[in-house]
Amino acid sequence: MEFWIIQTLNALSFAMLLFLLCAGLSLIFGLMNILNLAHGSCYLIGAYVAFSVDNWSGNFFLGLLSGAVAAGAVGYILQRFLLRRVYGLRLLQVLLTFGCMFIIGDLAIIIWGADPTTLRKPEWLEGAFNMGGIVFPKYRLFVIAVGLFIGIGLWLFQEKTKWGAILRASVDDEQMARAVGINVPVLFTTVFVLGVALTGLSGVLGGPFVGVYPGVDLDVLLLAVVVIIVGGLGSMKGAFFGSIIVAALDNFGKALFPELAMFTIFAPMAIILALKPTGLWGRVL
Amino acid sequence: MSNRNIKILSFITLVAVFALLPLVLSTYRLGLVTSALILAMLAMSANLLLGYLGLASVGQATFFGVAAYAVAIFTRHWGGASWSAMGVGLLAALATGLVVGPLAIRTRDIFFLVIMLAFCQIFYGVTYRWRSVTGGDDGLPGLARPDLIPGLNLNSPVAFYGLVVLIFLLVIGAFWLLVNSPLGLALKGIKDSETRMRALGYNVWLYKYLTFLISALIGGISGVLHAYFYGCPNPADFSLIHSSSALLMVILGGPGTLFGPLVGSLIIVFVRDIVSSFTDRWLIFLGLAYVCTVLFFPAGLLVTLRKWRKDAR
Repeated sequence: MEFWIIQTLNALSFAMLLFLLCAGLSLIFGLMNILNLAHGSCYLIGAYVAFSVDNWSGNFFLGLLSGAVAAGAVGYILQRFLLRRVYGLRLLQVLLTFGCMFIIGDLAIIIWGADPTTLRKPEWLEGAFNMGGIVFPKYRLFVIAVGLFIGIGLWLFQEKTKWGAILRASVDDEQMARAVGINVPVLFTTVFVLGVALTGLSGVLGGPFVGVYPGVDLDVLLLAVVVIIVGGLGSMKGAFFGSIIVAALDNFGKALFPELAMFTIFAPMAIILALKPTGLWGRVL
Repeated sequence: MSNRNIKILSFITLVAVFALLPLVLSTYRLGLVTSALILAMLAMSANLLLGYLGLASVGQATFFGVAAYAVAIFTRHWGGASWSAMGVGLLAALATGLVVGPLAIRTRDIFFLVIMLAFCQIFYGVTYRWRSVTGGDDGLPGLARPDLIPGLNLNSPVAFYGLVVLIFLLVIGAFWLLVNSPLGLALKGIKDSETRMRALGYNVWLYKYLTFLISALIGGISGVLHAYFYGCPNPADFSLIHSSSALLMVILGGPGTLFGPLVGSLIIVFVRDIVSSFTDRWLIFLGLAYVCTVLFFPAGLLVTLRKWRKDAR
């Protein structure tokens, strides 16, 4: 029993990390129809900048903030100066974002070196909680809390606020949104930057348990890709439940059949794909 | 001169250039050309899907890597270098296409792209972890090349170059025949409008599947030659760099053209060689090449240059 509770909590903390990672990717795709393959690079930038700031200031939350801001800045440059030129041209977007992924990954090696590191947790999140005999790391509970908090916040924002309504209207019918006076280009840039900043945040939060290393950009991009295949691209619900499914498969797969670790994620992905090519909650394009 | 004659003439010129290169180039440069020809075939396999079905595959390295590993594993376990290993490599690529194809071609556009990316990474992961068979990240070093004809060993760079040129010409010839055949015309129709072709009674799914298989086979040919060229398949064969470079080469040279992939691969291979002679961080330059291609030559180098020449007149 204890095994199952701990593994479930583990899966849940990983799921929340994945959700933060994929929310931005999904939001950007849903609104702009852009698949940002430099998404993993934004995670990497967030994690590395937080690492430097944390080392310099000794303050985890300053690191968290600066990681998100740095990723957002990269996103701004990407959207404002590059992606805007290839709006609607899928293949060119792919090449462009791939190119940026290579550039950012290599720049990170020049700046931070090629050795893997991990981010430090803040002191009060070190150690573990003891909940009636079940010992669980505080930091992972913190990640679950942050993920749920942001998830609920995003949901409330989308469903209950005026800005959310504007966002939904632009996703549904961009032309009409322009016609009723919504400044769509500004909305695009804002959402892009926010989505990418969220990814940077996931990089900082993931830093202490996933680690930061050259190539992490591709690793997390791949996880994000699997989540959006399973959950459906462009849907926030898909990103949320897709993250939970993938995290559960990954976690229980690794715990129960360690030698099949790769297949426990990818085999279900292939099955879902065969049955429903747009993902479980995906929009038909 | 008719269009057909121009094509035949340019083909003959190409053969002549290939024949002269070993006399002009150093062994090292000849190796670069060999490598570019091998990658050009990978780019052609991506071009078939992109230029004729409108599907961008970021996973062509799947077939490339599978074929490379199949050759090395077969050679290792069944004693010595032989031509049959090449056949095994191609069959392995084809078998992978048979399995992956139905899943992949169900999807379109962005979903096709991410699915191929995901499949490629599965193979990367499997080769990386399955140490006992694939050698993990050490790869499988020491792959011996078979005798070209009894007595003439492929270990000589010129002989291997000759083989690659021969196979390249065969592939490009077959490619030309294919895209100008009724099958190729049907593919163009499918690219324009799937619904219309379905209404005309074409089995669209079957055409797509066949094209996917042919693309897998061409990717496999490229992978087999790559394995022999470096003598050591390793997980990097499945890398995103290979898959995405294939697309870059196609875009750079011009999608849907016969020689575009070759032009693209020659540029990338030589630029890579020049850049890596002065820095380890050549991926930055590759990345810049992606960005510049997209910003300045979005329709492909050949097409853009042709347009510039027309504008200048």
